[in-house]
Amino acid sequence: MNKTIRIASGQGFWGDLVDAPYHQVTRGPIDYLMMDFLAEVTMSIMQKQKLRNPELGYARDLPGQMGRILPHIIDRNIKVITNGGGVNPFACRDAIFREAKRQGITGLKIGVVDGDDILDRIEELLAAGIELRNMESGEPISTVRERIVSANVYFGAFPIVEALRQGAQIVITGRTTDTGLTLAPMIHEFGWASDDWDNMAAGTVAGHILECGGQSSGGNYLGDWKSVPDLAHIGFPIAEASPDGTFVITKHENTGGLVSVPTVKEQLLYEIGDPQEYITPDCVADFTSIRLHPDGENRVRVTDVKGRPDTPFYKVSAAYQDGYSAFGSLTYAWPDALEKARVADQILRTRLSDLGLEFDEILTEFVGHDSCFGPLASVPEEINEVVLRIGVRGKNKDHITRFGQELAPLILTGPPSVTGFAGGRPKPSEVIAYWPALIPKTAVTPHVVVEEN
Amino acid sequence: MATKRIRLIEIAHARSGDKGDAGNIGVIARDERFYPILLQELTLDSVKKHFEGICFGKVERFELPNLGALNFILHNTLGGGGTVSLKNDAQGKTLSSAMLRMEIEIDESLLDS
Repeated sequence: MNKTIRIASGQGFWGDLVDAPYHQVTRGPIDYLMMDFLAEVTMSIMQKQKLRNPELGYARDLPGQMGRILPHIIDRNIKVITNGGGVNPFACRDAIFREAKRQGITGLKIGVVDGDDILDRIEELLAAGIELRNMESGEPISTVRERIVSANVYFGAFPIVEALRQGAQIVITGRTTDTGLTLAPMIHEFGWASDDWDNMAAGTVAGHILECGGQSSGGNYLGDWKSVPDLAHIGFPIAEASPDGTFVITKHENTGGLVSVPTVKEQLLYEIGDPQEYITPDCVADFTSIRLHPDGENRVRVTDVKGRPDTPFYKVSAAYQDGYSAFGSLTYAWPDALEKARVADQILRTRLSDLGLEFDEILTEFVGHDSCFGPLASVPEEINEVVLRIGVRGKNKDHITRFGQELAPLILTGPPSVTGFAGGRPKPSEVIAYWPALIPKTAVTPHVVVEEN
Repeated sequence: MATKRIRLIEIAHARSGDKGDAGNIGVIARDERFYPILLQELTLDSVKKHFEGICFGKVERFELPNLGALNFILHNTLGGGGTVSLKNDAQGKTLSSAMLRMEIEIDESLLDS
């Protein structure tokens, strides 16, 4: 068996380039399109949308994006795998079925993976002695029980593999690992066994390279960013996978961006911890085993990936309401721009204090001077302008609202040459905090449904 | 042996991101001959000192000799993490650049070859 399959990345987060999936499908050959929509707190945003409207709670860009590519993927038998189903994958599926119907398409098979949403099961789990302790603080989830807004288990590749086995052309999941979206088609096509740890790890590494979209094909590339051609038309990455677990990262011809050993290295190191312990539901991948080889223009070959058995746990991503925050900013111009901004900050803080307002934190940053580098920022002799940026966070919503009323008055009652207050008063927004935890794999079961319209 | 004081960016590139309230910074040697310099210069102590006033927790370092790279985890660095943090860079995206500003001593002959 020498066949290779081409798995294309079509989305790196909810809010990525809307047309990227269309371009991946139409600008060259691919067999699978994977689209990652979910960041750590995306599920909590979707859960809130679902509360307001039971028909929502998924990536709302997705039905439109799918509608546009449907004729192409059917024509060329391209399969699409995405976790954009969020907390309402069945509603997402139905929206795509409606798109299909509108276009007169029938016989479309869509698979749904759910069972990851444990928001309604927390009492039951707690009663069974599963405490869902915070992986960072060690506290049990019962301490924030009343304020939890979402709780989802990260499933791996195998529920998707099951949906593909049942003939699904599109697989919509809830909280699936980003890497599982890419590993699944390799398992399905190559018949890899679930304990084939090196291949599980190889597909996982490919998934890690694809999961952030253009970030492995020249986007956000720090190595030599000026050398990256035509970012306006960046081609998203594609993995050309082989049954032996090796793969090539590339992109469509005649697209912008750059796939090179350094661009792939940067993505491999993105948001990892211990490189020998990259833990997923499917395996533990060892990033210190990976070998990269230049393989022609915009092609990088990846070999030698090693893996070890999976752990007995799934990761849980929960989110809870944790007070309110608001942000405001004002722009100060030369002369003495930075000094004026500092004085304005002190005046504002004095007024907030005089009012007896209580905050958990007030943070002032001077954008244009130190918001990225803090104490590492160098102090220039003369600065043209600087943005005073103030954020407050606290439990009392009224106090946060009052902060918003105190910012604009600085224009007429503070240091001169100030502008940039166009957005109106800063308003309080809910702070949703992240609660990472582990759950025994035996406590949850993925659920796979494949239906045809 | 003549040495020269350079910024890390001359011999390395980097990418950073968030893991809760911790930042991760992957530092990659621009050429394999620079990897031993990264190993030598980017110690737990030198990195902790460089990020004084930014990183308020412990620093961890992991080696990836296969990629000529080091991965650092800077704990208690992002003002509470992603959605809680009030920082402009709540996700630590520019920690990579902050790291590359570090000044190091390097054997001048290494830069020429």
